[in-house]
Amino acid sequence: MARGIIIEDLHKQYGVGDTAVEALKGVNMQVGPGEVVGLVGPSGSGKSTLLKCLGAVIEPTSGRMILGGETIYDQKWNIKDLGALRRDSIGFVFQAPYLIPFLDVIDNVALILMLAGHSNDASRKRAMDLLEALDVAHRAKAMPSQLSGGEQQRVAIARALVSHPPVILADEPTAPLDSERALAVMKILNEMAKEYETAIIVVTHDEKIMPTFKRIYHIRDGKTIEEAGEGRAI
Amino acid sequence: MISLAGRDIAHSWGKFVFTGIGLGLLIGVTMTMAGVYRGMVDDAKVLLDNSGADLWVVQQGTLGPYAEASSIYDDEYRGILGMAGVDAAANVTYLTSQISQGDLDVRVMVAGIVTTEQGLPGQPRFLVAGRHITRGHYEAVADVKAGFQIGDRVKIRRNQYTVVGLTKRMVSSSGDPMLFIPLKDAQEAQFLKDNDAILNQRRRTAANPAFNNPAVPGLLDAVLASQSVNPFVNAVLVRVKPGFTPEQVAEPIRKWKRLQVYTRAQMESILIEKLIKTAARQIAMFLVILAIVSAAIVAFIIYTLTIGKIREIAVLKLIGTKNRTIAAMIIQQAIGLGLIGFVIGKIAATFWAPVFPKYILLEPSDAVIGFVLIMVICVLASLIAIRAALKVDPAEAIGG
Repeated sequence: MARGIIIEDLHKQYGVGDTAVEALKGVNMQVGPGEVVGLVGPSGSGKSTLLKCLGAVIEPTSGRMILGGETIYDQKWNIKDLGALRRDSIGFVFQAPYLIPFLDVIDNVALILMLAGHSNDASRKRAMDLLEALDVAHRAKAMPSQLSGGEQQRVAIARALVSHPPVILADEPTAPLDSERALAVMKILNEMAKEYETAIIVVTHDEKIMPTFKRIYHIRDGKTIEEAGEGRAI
Repeated sequence: MISLAGRDIAHSWGKFVFTGIGLGLLIGVTMTMAGVYRGMVDDAKVLLDNSGADLWVVQQGTLGPYAEASSIYDDEYRGILGMAGVDAAANVTYLTSQISQGDLDVRVMVAGIVTTEQGLPGQPRFLVAGRHITRGHYEAVADVKAGFQIGDRVKIRRNQYTVVGLTKRMVSSSGDPMLFIPLKDAQEAQFLKDNDAILNQRRRTAANPAFNNPAVPGLLDAVLASQSVNPFVNAVLVRVKPGFTPEQVAEPIRKWKRLQVYTRAQMESILIEKLIKTAARQIAMFLVILAIVSAAIVAFIIYTLTIGKIREIAVLKLIGTKNRTIAAMIIQQAIGLGLIGFVIGKIAATFWAPVFPKYILLEPSDAVIGFVLIMVICVLASLIAIRAALKVDPAEAIGG
């Protein structure tokens, strides 16, 4: 599993002493390259904490995390520049697209590459290729406010994929969409995961997209239980 | 790399432009205030330059005709003329007066000048219309700022004067336009009493037994005659011969004539450091307050714009944007706002300066200093917003 996600015995505790709250109590997960897995659980179960640990925005208390074949955390961060790690190795898709409102669609997608030091032209070309693949190339020059909800989410997916990260973390990506669009987004994520060998974790409460996952991790009281189901494919 | 600040400004240009206009008008007022001070200094220098004098001979213990009342006998100039190094010497009087002519009601500085010979110190140096005073009485040359026309008749005290020439940039240190009239008329005007006061003075003099001595016939008439003339002027303006320094000429006058003599540099120092010092401080206070208000406006606007983009900043940080890139974006926006403000302020000040009643001198060097100050203020004002932006946790972009 060179480009996937491996999480071993991951713990996260907020606070110390009597007020300490253990949000993650030894989470174990494996997501292979090209695989899209679901992460479900009730509110307060630790989904967001797990996503933040995987996204390198909060530090776990203990455990090990391997992203894209690189051990990024083993009882402590092994990476100095977490910003660069997020930019180069992790793609994010949120419940709301959170596109930068003052950049047009193509630059919203190309920005990550530009931040990584690629030329504007090369970044835009790669962004355009992806927009074409996601069928929103015709809106490349539009501003985010001019797009429909579905288009915005596709642009957000393109932004997450543009640097070909080994990992994509999607937080409720279909929540604001109707069934048809939600399934379309999941189809895109599955196709992209296969095409770019990206490991994708989708946090969701959305029942209508559950059948699209081959594997689902349930998280409850800070621990994960894997549920594998035959026929869980689009 | 694209300019995030530039894109943001282009996206919400209305917000930036309207804020920039408001800031620009404030900057325009600040520039105008600086221009008022420069104008006052320039007025003072022009007053000295256009007098054509190298030395000002005034009453001992006084600061000269522009800052204090100075009174010396009008025949002192003869003795001065005979001193080494003196090229020309001429009496001069100054009297500030409110003059009405038709609908005009202007405050002018009436200068009494020697008109018997052209080119003497104190005379208006150049005319923009008409001619110089050629008659001994009742002719005047006015600064165009007074609003008079050639041929206008103006009344100073009891006498009417015909405006025969117009000059330019001849103003007092307080910016009042000058009106030149013959010296004798000015001397009369300076000490002229009303008829009742003259009759009263004559009655008092006649009632004084000391002037009614039968042994000295004609004494009373002589005393009354002496009371009806004014033998004083405010200063003697001296032009120094080539080859002499003003100080070389000034020293013997101080020593032998027992009068105070000021050189050009000393007179400029009196005008700028004493006469307009308080006004300059007042203006400096306004400039400081306006700078603080401008900084507060820029800080508030940039902070508000930044706080409005917290989610976007969190997303930018989450996708790996470095802190320095975000800080640069905010600073660039503040500088952009300052640039818009500066351009609008400069244009506004340039357009409204001529409308002001006082001379406003907008120096290019002041504009450069102002530009640098605005940029510094904008950068400093953006620090609060940068602090807020850098405190944004990228985790805010992820729910939960």
